Amino acid sequence: MSGLRVERAGPLTTLQDAGRFGVRRLGATQGGPADLHGWAWSNYLLGNPWNTPALEIVLGNLSLVVERDATLALMGADLQACLDGRPVKPGETFAVREGQYLTFQVPVNGIRAYLAVVGGFVADPVLGSVACVIRDGLGGHDGQGHALASGDRVAFAADDALSADRRLPSPAEVPTINYQEESSLSMVPGAQVAEFTGRSLFTAFHADWHIDDRADRMGVRLAGPSLRSRVTSMISEGIALGAVQVPSDGQPIVLLNDRQTIGGYPRMGTLTPLACSRLAQCQPGQVVRLQPVALGQAQREHHDFLSRFLA
Amino acid sequence: MSLPRLENAGIDAWVVRLFDTIDEANMPWLTSFCRQCESVFDDALVDLVPSYTTVLVHYDVMKLDAGDARQRLVRILEGLAPDDVSADAPLKELPVWYDESVGPELARLQAASGLDLDGVIDMHRGRDYRVFALGFAPGYAFMGRLDDPLVVPRLATPRKRVPAGSVAVAERQTAAYPSLSPGGWNLIGRTPVRLFDRQTEGFSLLQVGDRVRFVAIDRDTFVEMGGDVTPVEERSSQSATEDQGDRE
Repeated sequence: MSGLRVERAGPLTTLQDAGRFGVRRLGATQGGPADLHGWAWSNYLLGNPWNTPALEIVLGNLSLVVERDATLALMGADLQACLDGRPVKPGETFAVREGQYLTFQVPVNGIRAYLAVVGGFVADPVLGSVACVIRDGLGGHDGQGHALASGDRVAFAADDALSADRRLPSPAEVPTINYQEESSLSMVPGAQVAEFTGRSLFTAFHADWHIDDRADRMGVRLAGPSLRSRVTSMISEGIALGAVQVPSDGQPIVLLNDRQTIGGYPRMGTLTPLACSRLAQCQPGQVVRLQPVALGQAQREHHDFLSRFLA
Repeated sequence: MSLPRLENAGIDAWVVRLFDTIDEANMPWLTSFCRQCESVFDDALVDLVPSYTTVLVHYDVMKLDAGDARQRLVRILEGLAPDDVSADAPLKELPVWYDESVGPELARLQAASGLDLDGVIDMHRGRDYRVFALGFAPGYAFMGRLDDPLVVPRLATPRKRVPAGSVAVAERQTAAYPSLSPGGWNLIGRTPVRLFDRQTEGFSLLQVGDRVRFVAIDRDTFVEMGGDVTPVEERSSQSATEDQGDRE
């Protein structure tokens, strides 16, 4: 089977389905797209069902050679994608022919682009998922948890006919996001929130938080005023996606898809999945704010978000 | 058991806090609770993470809202009884080649405990341990509790490369590294057994709640069982672990 061949591998391109679930008790993390929103839309543009594997392309500097005609879709960050020199923008669905070059240069809006193909990219699931988790050595195009390297191939599914099962979104329906704007990240307070001093809680929700350069698929550090908790370390316990943990230096870390499964720092609460998506598109130095949101409201919003894709 | 607490962990998860301190006696309650969750939540269950004193229950927001999920958890807790440990908990034996070439911190444990080499080995293999949690890496089982003389802190400088199979101790716990990884625990030996295998049912040899006993083997047996005798590399001066509070 053929699909795309990597001519020049960028810093980090990985294959991701929705994530690896049901095995976290074994110490295997969930993986999956750091920007769930962008990933879900890339597949949705093509009529692909939920959980279809797509490529997460970080920062760009990637060159792909098309080895088979197909229909692709791009969503998430604008990394100056070009098909044989013609620009391709996020939100576009486009046909590619054998021999064409699809290139990604530098980020101009956001840092993670999602590239989907009709029917999905094909890889053998590992522990029930193709989600690539490098640290665990699981999933990805080769099953061993490797990012794409020069010379690698990643295959398209056999059937490349656009699905007629449902109406595909019109261009006007596709959201466009300015990832450079200061954003407000919704957090459901919880966990050890009561252990933080009143001043720290006030500060948490009123300060400008700068994205630290220590930011990856495991977690993103936020630099700003120091937050103080009455507990400094705890017995390790299961950590949810988006958990906002505060180690003893007082600088919060938001834990993302490749976080370890258990951890022992006090937590103020948990970002919503869409707030994690937004955070995962931020460049170091960008400013974000934290905003408390009620559990019920946050849950309804996520339910509404998922409903579009799971219908 | 003190009164369990339910703490929200975001839009689709609850942390159920059953205990406040680490105790082997917690584990039959946690394993029983997990099994109950599997049957009560059924296909609305996304993931479960039992760990020492808590269980993280991750449910599907398309099937349950937070209130429904909470109600189910309360119902499980109301009728909860611990697993029968005497009969059911499997005892798993882990063969270990205790040797300074693969366990360079055996010397450190001798110094800390005042025991000789055999004394350290006999104490480590002389009792059963309980698996409290898996984490850090797939199949990495945190086991305890160690006897007092064997309690030493983590290494000040973690190793960048700890070979697969390395058996280690830190503070009151012991563990075995399923694959090559960075790590800061004290190495005392190596097991030839595969701890994590994607082709095997259940994937991980060790599961939360298991009882484990280490069995000393000699070099020949270790090699016969497929063990790799390559000595542990010298420690480098730089830490490679990203400290997220959930290091091994």
